[in-house]
Amino acid sequence: MLAYILRRILILIPTLLGVSVIVFLMLHITPGDPAELLLGERATEEALLQMREHLGLNRPLHEQYGMFMQRLMRGDLGETIWTRQKVWVEVKQRFPATMELSIVALLISCSLGITFGIVSATRQYSLFDYLSMVGALAGVSMPIFWLGLVFMLIFSLNLGWLPLSGRLSVGINLEVITNFYVLDALLTRNWPALRDALWHIIMPAATLSTIPMAIVARMTRSAMLDVLRQDYIKTAKAKGLSRFTVTYKHALRNALIPVITTIGLQFGVLLGGAILTETIFAWPGVGKWMYDAVMQRDYMVIQGGVLFIAAIFVVINLCVDVLYAVINPRISVR
Amino acid sequence: MKKGSGYFRLLCVGAIALLAAGLIACGEKAEEAKVAPPETKPAAPAMQPASADGPKTGGTLVFGRGGDSVGLDPAYETDGNSFMICDNVYEALIAFKDESTALEPGLAESWDISADGLTYTFHLRKDIQFHDGTPFTADAVVFSLGRQMKERKIKYAGTGWEIPAQERPPEYWVSMEMDDIVDGIEATDDHTVVFKLKKVNAPFLANLAMDFADIVSPTAYMKDPKEFIRNPVGTGPFKFVSWVKDDRIILERFQGYWDKAAGPYLDQAIFRSIPENSVRFLELKTGNIHICQFPNPADIELARQDSNLTLPTQPGMNIGYLGFNLTKEPWKSNLDLRKAVAFALNKQAIVDNLYQGLGQVAKNPIPPTMWGYNDAVPGYMYDPAKAKEHLQKAGFPDGQGLPEITLWSMPVPRPYNPDGVKIGEAMAADLADIGIKAKVVTFEWGTYLKRQREQPEDMDLFQLGWTGDNGDPDNFLAVLFDGMASEAIRTQWHNEAYHQLMVQGRETIDQNKRAEIYKQAQQIFYDECPNIAIAHSTVIWPAVNSVQNFKLHPTSSVRLKNVWMK
Amino acid sequence: MTSATAPRGPQDRHPLLEQMSQLWRNKTAVIGLVIITFFILTALLAPLLSPHNPVETSLYDQLKPPVWHAKGTWKNILGTDELGRDTLSRIIFGSRVSLTVALVSVGLAFLVGTFLGCVSGYFKGILDSLVMRVMDMILAFPYLLLAIVVVAYLGPSLQNAMIAIGITYVPRFARIVRGSVLEECGKDYVMAARAIGARDARIIFLAILPNCLGPLIVQTTLSMASAILDAAALSFLGLGAQPPTPEWGGMIARSRALILRAPWVMTFPGLAILAAVLGFNLLGDGLRDALDPRLRD
Repeated sequence: MLAYILRRILILIPTLLGVSVIVFLMLHITPGDPAELLLGERATEEALLQMREHLGLNRPLHEQYGMFMQRLMRGDLGETIWTRQKVWVEVKQRFPATMELSIVALLISCSLGITFGIVSATRQYSLFDYLSMVGALAGVSMPIFWLGLVFMLIFSLNLGWLPLSGRLSVGINLEVITNFYVLDALLTRNWPALRDALWHIIMPAATLSTIPMAIVARMTRSAMLDVLRQDYIKTAKAKGLSRFTVTYKHALRNALIPVITTIGLQFGVLLGGAILTETIFAWPGVGKWMYDAVMQRDYMVIQGGVLFIAAIFVVINLCVDVLYAVINPRISVR
Repeated sequence: MKKGSGYFRLLCVGAIALLAAGLIACGEKAEEAKVAPPETKPAAPAMQPASADGPKTGGTLVFGRGGDSVGLDPAYETDGNSFMICDNVYEALIAFKDESTALEPGLAESWDISADGLTYTFHLRKDIQFHDGTPFTADAVVFSLGRQMKERKIKYAGTGWEIPAQERPPEYWVSMEMDDIVDGIEATDDHTVVFKLKKVNAPFLANLAMDFADIVSPTAYMKDPKEFIRNPVGTGPFKFVSWVKDDRIILERFQGYWDKAAGPYLDQAIFRSIPENSVRFLELKTGNIHICQFPNPADIELARQDSNLTLPTQPGMNIGYLGFNLTKEPWKSNLDLRKAVAFALNKQAIVDNLYQGLGQVAKNPIPPTMWGYNDAVPGYMYDPAKAKEHLQKAGFPDGQGLPEITLWSMPVPRPYNPDGVKIGEAMAADLADIGIKAKVVTFEWGTYLKRQREQPEDMDLFQLGWTGDNGDPDNFLAVLFDGMASEAIRTQWHNEAYHQLMVQGRETIDQNKRAEIYKQAQQIFYDECPNIAIAHSTVIWPAVNSVQNFKLHPTSSVRLKNVWMK
Repeated sequence: MTSATAPRGPQDRHPLLEQMSQLWRNKTAVIGLVIITFFILTALLAPLLSPHNPVETSLYDQLKPPVWHAKGTWKNILGTDELGRDTLSRIIFGSRVSLTVALVSVGLAFLVGTFLGCVSGYFKGILDSLVMRVMDMILAFPYLLLAIVVVAYLGPSLQNAMIAIGITYVPRFARIVRGSVLEECGKDYVMAARAIGARDARIIFLAILPNCLGPLIVQTTLSMASAILDAAALSFLGLGAQPPTPEWGGMIARSRALILRAPWVMTFPGLAILAAVLGFNLLGDGLRDALDPRLRD
């Protein structure tokens, strides 16, 4: 198993390099460059030339990539074009915001999704089954930017229960340590800030969780139904084991295999959704940042940021695969 | 929100069904906007009851805006969201007046101009301190502006500072062509700075009132030149406190501000980034922010009906236009065809419906609030009959013989154009009425800017516009339309007479004479119709009632010095 | 849908008719089928059904509310948008766009993904590693970010949005198929088939693939649903269908500015999306139950 994991980690390096090359090439041959966007309507030829030269954009592509790799070897992701800040510093500020949001969203969607899926499967064609599956379908069918706005109208504007946007209210002071605000509030025992941070995260996380929740619920249901009809379950039932034991001890373990793969894939959904959610809820995270960077052609942010996010992703996928291998003994891990 | 809006309830019910049935009761509450929990309100310290309308010291103002600042070193920034902070942290030698682009003394108390117009001597105010406690001197001026020069012909009065290499080209300095204007900067004593110019340039003083000419604290800059853009130190009414990227920037009142006559009154000013327009407006309605930058035009009407909100308004110093690709035929030489297009566009309908009334139809390329505006020019007003006539004269009766043309429409909202694509669609419909088939085309913004500059074959008409920098007509008429001055001018119009007027305008110091020159230029512009001025947008940034004395500035700068909270 | 209507494999022994009758008995599927059929018919007959030209603007008829509202008129049953275009007509024509998006992008991902998944799962070794590395690279992005990068490269248009979405969906299919193939390969019947020297292609397509149709169908239906939503998301960001194309997502995106003032403009396209996606999902669920013999009671 250890060898398998090590081998997978070794494989990560070319994967990430591949990612960086693809992104680098795609963006650089895309028309429109950061100098143009920085200067806008007022750009003069002179200013553009100076800017391109300063940014090294007039050098051949392979040279630019080479410079990027050289810096990378020294553990330096470079400096952003727009904000002239170390990419790593910007990542450190923003990534925790997104991670916090995603984790809460994933917690919501997995706990609810798996529960609904199991109950639906054990009571196939019951009213609960229909309602929860239609609910799941509705959840997966809604554009989340639309849902986010509707949530705001209801819970902030009309009911006044939750704050509209941002991570923390104006006037709440929080000593930032990790940039995970909930964690920071806990660490500094700052209860008003904790309450405020949780208050702020509920709505964006709930918005973000709808699609993964629906997918997890449906996958769980399908997988459970599959397993529940297998012979060994019938045997177990015939042996007189309680329904609970059969469902949760025997069936669930096997049903969770495809579900775990699905959950692993949901991180992509979450980060993609984060682009939309962060825009709507003014959440200062990495999704909105990357989107802006693509739009502003901030090559440094994209190269550095994508590499970082890709690394996180690949590690998560690796964990999923390892887990998959652990719980499914039929797959060999040579 | 309107009372008892059935659709709103429909929205509510649809969403609620997904969540919890128990919430349906909220439909009843759809009428009044409740305010979020008290702790989410900005902390506004309880004020002592004082005179009802006089300025009060204290309080926090939260300004909601569409994006974060890029950086806070005025010399290197290019975007409004950065300048907005700089406006409050820094000051320049010269300032624009509160509500106009007329000039008034800033850090310089007075100035003399030599008879030949080539030497400017500024006499600085004394006893001014930067936020870091260091004194403001003539050397700081030499440092702040000298660091932007390509060839640094500068001289300090004292020891001065060795200016480090430029972090990047100073955008505004370069694009305002300051290197072609300024020859050298010299501090003759602690409170006198002399600028030597290479040539007479009338807009020079106005340029010095722009953000890029702000004076920074050399000591703070030299401490860590790379980090200065995130730790700004100036002489302005507010002091920088902290910055959470994409979230908020916090400023506080600078206790040692030199001008004791008025403000600053606010304890704190917080600038929050809320990218989604609708959400920013909702935040305003719930009272979590006090001023909402660039609301959706559709929401302005709602703001008008809301008795808790006021609508600070300012006719924008801008122009949204529709250009012809003058590097190719038929546009280059077919004046009648250009006029046909100009008469075909229903600008009033566009302003009423797409600017939502927040603008005025343009007849000249400069806004009417600017000196030198030529009101005698009739402009091209909607007249389909005349349009058809000109189309006939142009050799394309009812559009026959004219292939489908492309109408480049801007992909992003800009202050002068709220929704390029919608406007493009409306224009295409107008053109279709006289028989010209136009296809709305759009690209991602950077591509749009770049390809537009290249004036490609596949571009016939294009939308673009401009927000003025310094209130000088030269900043519109020459910079935008004098194609003979440079290849980089986005409307490649080559007209010798117009070009001569532009050169003359720059070299004449007397403002009355200059006004005449620019009026003449606008007449040529009308006669030749190289470009169609569509509209000047009006800027309205709704604010809550408690914000007092907030005024929008024509340059879109945000000045909080004289603002207080009731 | 493409895959679902043409079940193949060993089930050929079962008459297709029998499966269809199974399907018919499944209420979920029938409802889904009815909804999908409704939208397909709407799409086909769009010019006949829609009362107005969907792209024709009328600046005098802006933001008309729907007919049941006090100020509504029968002229614009579902009201008009900010340019005075008839919402009902735009929704009717929008069904063409959305169905195309679903079919093309998912079709692309299905074909490519299934092929890659089969090949890498069955042959294993270097080929497997290579394919899976490429899939990893794609998966290493948040999918919407990848779509954004692709669209930034190709230029914003509906066609490019479909390609971008298709590319991002490939790994889902590839991974699921590969997983199933790996699992099936360990089973006796495959070993037996190999032992008697059956050709690889035959084993893959006739023995293995039909056994993973279940999860594939679930994935396909889910993907069609999310393809429509992702196209909407790209439109929200200004990267999808370009105006005046009447695309549901684009309609929502552009009317979000009116959420307080004229919420119906964004409500109806939202409901249309909801209905169409619901249809796909219901049909998919039902098909799965009907097609998978193991699930029959």
